Amino acid sequence: MTASRLLVVGPILFIAVFFLYPLVAILAKSFGGGAVGLGPFQVLLGDSYYLGRIWFTIWQAAFSTFLTLVLGLPVAYLFARHEFPGKSLLKALTTLPFIMPTIVVAMGFVALLGSGGLVNTGLSGLFGDNAPEVRIANTLTIIFMAHAFYNYSIVVRIVSAYWANLSPQFEESAAMLGAGRVQTFLRVTLPLLLPAIWSSAILVYIFSFTSFGVVLILGGSQFATMEVAIYELTVKLFRLDIAGALAIVQIVFTYIFLLVYTRIQARSAVPVTLVHREAISSRKRSVRDTLFVIGIIAGLLVVLSPLLALVERAISVNDGYSLTHFVALFSNDSGSYFYLSPLHVIWNSIRFAFLSMVIAMLVGTAAAYVIVRPGKRSNILDSLFMLPLVVSAVTLGFGFLVAFNRPPIDLRGSWLILVIAHSLVAYPFVIRTLLPVLRGMPPHLKESAALLGASPMRIFIHIELPLIARALVVGATFAFAVSMGEFGASLLLVRPEFTTIPVAIFRLLGQPGEANLGQALAMSTLLMAVVALGFVSIERFRYRDIGGF
Amino acid sequence: MATSPILQLDKVSKSYGDTFAIRNVSLNVDQGQLVCLLGPSGCGKTTLLRIIAGLETLDSGTISFGGEDLHGIAPHSRGFGLMFQDLALFPHMDVFGNVGFGLRMQGMSGDKVRARVDEMLELVDLGNYRNRKVHELSGGERQRVALARSLAPAPKLLMLDEPLGSLDRVLRESLQVQVRSILKEIGVTAIYVTHDKDEAFALADTIVFVNGGEIVQSGPPEALFRAPATEMVARSLGLRNIIEGTIVGAFDAIEIASSVGTVFTAGSLPGGISVGDGVLVIINERGISVAPVRHEWAEAEAGVKLSGIVSDRKFRGGESEIHMMVGQSELVSIIPTVDAQTGVAPGDEVSVLVPAEAVTLLPRAQA
Repeated sequence: MTASRLLVVGPILFIAVFFLYPLVAILAKSFGGGAVGLGPFQVLLGDSYYLGRIWFTIWQAAFSTFLTLVLGLPVAYLFARHEFPGKSLLKALTTLPFIMPTIVVAMGFVALLGSGGLVNTGLSGLFGDNAPEVRIANTLTIIFMAHAFYNYSIVVRIVSAYWANLSPQFEESAAMLGAGRVQTFLRVTLPLLLPAIWSSAILVYIFSFTSFGVVLILGGSQFATMEVAIYELTVKLFRLDIAGALAIVQIVFTYIFLLVYTRIQARSAVPVTLVHREAISSRKRSVRDTLFVIGIIAGLLVVLSPLLALVERAISVNDGYSLTHFVALFSNDSGSYFYLSPLHVIWNSIRFAFLSMVIAMLVGTAAAYVIVRPGKRSNILDSLFMLPLVVSAVTLGFGFLVAFNRPPIDLRGSWLILVIAHSLVAYPFVIRTLLPVLRGMPPHLKESAALLGASPMRIFIHIELPLIARALVVGATFAFAVSMGEFGASLLLVRPEFTTIPVAIFRLLGQPGEANLGQALAMSTLLMAVVALGFVSIERFRYRDIGGF
Repeated sequence: MATSPILQLDKVSKSYGDTFAIRNVSLNVDQGQLVCLLGPSGCGKTTLLRIIAGLETLDSGTISFGGEDLHGIAPHSRGFGLMFQDLALFPHMDVFGNVGFGLRMQGMSGDKVRARVDEMLELVDLGNYRNRKVHELSGGERQRVALARSLAPAPKLLMLDEPLGSLDRVLRESLQVQVRSILKEIGVTAIYVTHDKDEAFALADTIVFVNGGEIVQSGPPEALFRAPATEMVARSLGLRNIIEGTIVGAFDAIEIASSVGTVFTAGSLPGGISVGDGVLVIINERGISVAPVRHEWAEAEAGVKLSGIVSDRKFRGGESEIHMMVGQSELVSIIPTVDAQTGVAPGDEVSVLVPAEAVTLLPRAQA
């Protein structure tokens, strides 16, 4: 087998065995396993509870998307059309929520708005016993807020990147033709931005649709989405057939959204002259503009407050601030509920994340090379390789449970099952970061090197590697962070001895007691710090060369 | 009796940080006039246009149109048109939507918009292009749609920022003719920015030469070409044979000792220049004659006879260039290729006839 064959077969084999096979296993389960029939689907669609979950999932995602757009578009405008000191820092901060593990986001909201959260303790500190209390824990409101918080940077990224490159001459032309500010925005700017707005909206919708950690922790069982229902059916009720049917329903939905997404993108692909960002001169700011900018920056800080609250709660104890909770993490406290010491949990997360990163890099890089190879099948391959991004984490974990519990592949009890699940979730990110760079590589570069006498190996080392190195670093960081924060699949697959940080946080939350909550907060803070550190260090690269996600 | 100019710029300045983009520019444009702002790229001509349009604010000075100060009037309320270099046709609208945009902004009714759009499309020879998508148009068609869009709301002043810049030479030249005739047919006052002297010559009633954010010279194209104010203008207008010299006398004619030898020019000394001053001398490359060294010049062929050595001969189609070293400088002479057949080859010693009409004086640039 030649090297180039291996390049093609390797990633395809990986997808087939570890992604398509579990899907088939779910499908088989959902048809009643053995006896061919629609049994589980009939149960599902005849049960008002599950119909209610499906309907709830659909409309909560719609409202979350709406809220996210309302929150994201002004910020997108700010980044696209204004220059101000501290802009790049602010940009990095804006991205923070999206790269945060869901569990950290959920914990942030607990820390900010929970019954013992920053807002409520602050209020009682101010007003004493008669203090008004914000009761939005376990309500829809907090779910919507968390979804908007989690996803608004998608809107900001996609729309502002497009907006910034949109020639201001369109707007100036409209002005010269007599259109006022409002007219110009409604008739020229907005229509031109629509493709970007639609793209981001559908992505937000998909993420809100398959939301798991946020809903599980903040919503409570009365607000279960399909994703949460699949989890509960699997773990608590052991109805794998109905879980399978529900997973299939969910996959069908997300697949339809994805089709709509590509349709819209293809149809609205109006060739628009995009100019380099540097070419756009920033207008002289009026007082109104300045106020607007200040307002949005203030709004951004409010938006980031859950993460700040998380840190504050993690270091606050009864009578002030201390690192007690963190110290507790590193002391092997036998009083802990855990079978494992927190230190061991952290070590688990780090080594699994490292291994997942390596696998994701190998699979993702090979897949990216396969996709950019000239040929008609490139689009089909692209969508095949991106499929794991569409299938939710819980469904994936569920698929692993039903597929790899018996020979030929029996991975029960092995940490390998976690690592493989994590790398499946992570490698599409590697592909997405590498593709633009590979596609942008000058076509005659490799040929020139070859004509100058370089062997394929030397071409790769001396020409390609330096060019893709930065993208590889970005992809690796993504893969590492995704694995560190992976929650849905891990919760289903993890064995006690292989508990990872997100799962540990969830288990701690389920335990009563101040110390447990404190440790959960401290662990969340630690996880946030690791992920944030990784991304802050690559943020510089991301904005220069590799566009928005 | 001359009417007062419709557009008046008075001491307009604009700077970005420490650098002046526009410095102390005063300019008058008459009703119906076609003015070309000519100058190298980055000279400030586009900024000047944007200031007039109201897209940039000015630091000092005033701009008035029809006697009304434009200060504080938003771009969309000025009633001006601007055609951008990259045209900025709205990609989400068809040709009709683009051309009709300004009319709808005026609140014109549907029927009237249709009639006016059709009229405009006829004007630019795109009668049946109404429903075309913008991206289906060729380069030249886009240019014409953009022109129709700018003209449709009947702007009081039309500004064009290198609108033909992205086209190939042949198309550009044919559109230049078309643009001028359309603008003249409508009688709109227009300011046209270009860095191409030939385009400015083809279009302008008046050329305003801009450099370093300042107006260096303005006037009818011919006047500029005949008497450029500075070496920079002269070179930009395509003049060569610019050499150094010193005025040695001014009696019937002005006598100049130059690096090619002594030459004469008619007339009196320009203001500010007196005998003994250093000047620049432009010797018109079509005004001088070249002949083999032993050639007997006829009595009628008055002028200074210099001798030189041919260094190169360049074939340029109908004309040929003869480059030669005369004294310490190189001179170029352009002669019909037919004449060049019999003429001279590199290395030949030649006699160069420089009549007084071929010599123009330029004040030497201040240090």
